[in-house]
Amino acid sequence: MRPFECDALSAYTVLPWLAVLPETVEQVRAVLRLCHSQSVPVVTRGAGTGLSGGALPVAEGVLLSLAKFNRILEVDPANRLARVQPGVRNLAISEAAAPFGLYYAPDPSSQVACTIGGNVAENSGGVHCLKYGLTVHNVLQVTLLTIEGELLTLGSLGLDGPGYDLLALINGSEGLLGVIVEVVVKLLPVPETARTVLAAFDSIEAASEAVAGVISAALVPAGLEMMDNLTLRATEAFVHAGYPVEAAAVVLCEMDGMVEQVEAEIARARTVLAGHGAVEVRESRDEAERRKFWAGRKAAFPAIGRIAPDYYCIDGTIPRKRLAEVLGRIGELSERYGLAVGNVFHAGDGNLHPLILYDASHPGELERAEALGEEILVLCVEVGGTVTGEHGVGIEKLNPMCVQFGTAELRRFHALKAAFDAGGLLNPGKAVPTLARCAEFGRVHVHGGRLRHPELERF
Amino acid sequence: MRSLDDSENLAGRVAEACARGEPLRIQGGGSKDFYAGPCTGQPLSTRTHSGIVHYEPTELVLTARSGTPLTAIEAVLAESGQMLGFEPPHFGSDASWGGTVACGLSGPRRPWAGSLRDAVLGCRIVDGRGKVLSFGGQVMKNVAGFDVSRLMTGALGTLGLLLEISVKVLPKPECEITLSFECSHVESRERMIRWGGSGLPVTGLAWDGRLYLRLAGAEPAVSTAVRRIGGDRAEDAAGFWNGLREHAHDFFSGEADLWRLSLPPAADTGRLSGAWLIDWGGAQRWLRTDADPDEVFAAAQAAGGHARLFRTLNPQAPRCAPLAPALAALHRRVRAVFDPAGILNRGLYPEAA
Repeated sequence: MRPFECDALSAYTVLPWLAVLPETVEQVRAVLRLCHSQSVPVVTRGAGTGLSGGALPVAEGVLLSLAKFNRILEVDPANRLARVQPGVRNLAISEAAAPFGLYYAPDPSSQVACTIGGNVAENSGGVHCLKYGLTVHNVLQVTLLTIEGELLTLGSLGLDGPGYDLLALINGSEGLLGVIVEVVVKLLPVPETARTVLAAFDSIEAASEAVAGVISAALVPAGLEMMDNLTLRATEAFVHAGYPVEAAAVVLCEMDGMVEQVEAEIARARTVLAGHGAVEVRESRDEAERRKFWAGRKAAFPAIGRIAPDYYCIDGTIPRKRLAEVLGRIGELSERYGLAVGNVFHAGDGNLHPLILYDASHPGELERAEALGEEILVLCVEVGGTVTGEHGVGIEKLNPMCVQFGTAELRRFHALKAAFDAGGLLNPGKAVPTLARCAEFGRVHVHGGRLRHPELERF
Repeated sequence: MRSLDDSENLAGRVAEACARGEPLRIQGGGSKDFYAGPCTGQPLSTRTHSGIVHYEPTELVLTARSGTPLTAIEAVLAESGQMLGFEPPHFGSDASWGGTVACGLSGPRRPWAGSLRDAVLGCRIVDGRGKVLSFGGQVMKNVAGFDVSRLMTGALGTLGLLLEISVKVLPKPECEITLSFECSHVESRERMIRWGGSGLPVTGLAWDGRLYLRLAGAEPAVSTAVRRIGGDRAEDAAGFWNGLREHAHDFFSGEADLWRLSLPPAADTGRLSGAWLIDWGGAQRWLRTDADPDEVFAAAQAAGGHARLFRTLNPQAPRCAPLAPALAALHRRVRAVFDPAGILNRGLYPEAA
């Protein structure tokens, strides 16, 4: 049972009561009906690459692994779609579509391993979201089983479905509403070319303003990423990508599409970045150099792993114009907590991933890292953002959810959950905090003297 | 443009109606009444609740109150060289922002730039009890909580009165050219499949007896695409796309029932007969026919999509095929989450009734 005790948020482990690995929809249905009749909780698991504890088992419950649902059922190039089972890996879809000149756009960092069912459950993102959207924008149809064992098809093979947009609800529902047994995804033509500009800045502020400048210049890059000095040094030492390690920050800006379109956009991006004070601007001359530019960005997490025994990856989104301010305040928090923070993130859509460096062998340091992470997420909400851009809430962000949403909204979330799963058996305790939890959290985080959830008893 | 926050009054009106169990008919500009269908209840206008609340060109985000005229929003975006990527139909000069989102319709650009639903980032609503609620937000990536904002899109106001909606906007392309081709229905399908998925900067692909292909982007890219494809420059291209989007095109005049079929672009509609106009590179097909509704519903479903009776003179005609029983029951439960007394736009969403 040990292999099932956690997902990629390995600080939390729970041994499930039972793990099942069905092979057919009928077997999944039988498991769900049995669990429903006996009121046994069910946690669905894909590859377990989730970073927020969304697939953490329940001690008295069943861990339902969909690992065996790993077949690509159909690639339909004429209709530019693929019909796949939920356990198919994200990258495997693009590999299967490649002979037709097509690919599946959303590319979470874990795309080699993560599954499409998990991507739908978490509404996963990646580098390309600014231009190509999240999972919710790239899924046409989902077939799922309810906890009662009813098979429902949401969406259609066209570009929209009949009835309410329940497909939108399923994307990002973190396994609370149903068990996904089939997904139809949209495929896009592989871009003719892609080129990247690397721009170095001597201040975080200038880099942040350059990011806003790129968007203002009517450009929608395929990727617009940023790394701070701590991350640059760590990645350069790891992959030797030739990064300017003296820079305070580096911005990577990628354009893709037709050759002429990319040339025009890259030229404009260079001008904008230089105009915002870039001390150095490099342009990828060929595919090898483009890959080199990205090598460090893609290896940033393991690179940080080499310079600290442990790190804790946060995931919040903020309005782009607040980037410089928020990064400054994260620096202040880092000093206050005595824990270093590296920043490497999707600047184009404001999706931050502060990496808090700590050492779990020092008593209390994990707790300090978590408290710092929570403050960063609260800060994201304070400036008009959100507590999660792509990792999901899981168990990790239940407290900050109490800051982002009020009682009335949380009640609606619970009511929606009940509309799908009246007994609350699917992935209980995840994604949506109980009001009692929020009351507890609010007691220690009174903002501006206003007590949150005053209508609730304190516990 | 008038700017007024009337949310308190609107919430109060809904709360009173809820207490009395009286149905309300939410009214924007009335330009899409034909689409929503007949509905009972006291009228409740959102026109007094208007104005752009927030617009930040560098953020590509706009937030507006539901009573704001759609034309006003488009004018403000145009001043900054931006636009609504989903190119929504107005269907009349009075189209409001709330009605646009409540109907959830998107124009010819949809397959390549995303739908209205895809652009929605957040909303404030009044639910059926008169409670003001906020979902989503104003940032591009937000996966906290269930995606209620997109659920509201296209729900015809039956899940809540929309107060404010935030959407992602896009830069206007530098250059736009439309090509047209003499082309049969069968030939057009083959070309739509080929060009629609080619990676060329396509932003429109429609057939009305001739095939129209709209290209947009940087000037050198559009010029290269034109050279690769060939064909003639279309006359009055703007008029064509506008006529298609607004149903001012000749095809849409007349009294026969107008159907919208949403299908996989390469799908065959079998023996379904009538007059066709194809949009969205084959994914949206307009049909004028006297065929039995059940025949149209069945043909669309068999092709992997669905059909809606879009315009009809028969108010009793079914607009959509019935949902599967378990799905219909779920729709009713979802509706009850937001409007337990069923007072909002009663009758407009028979799937959830």
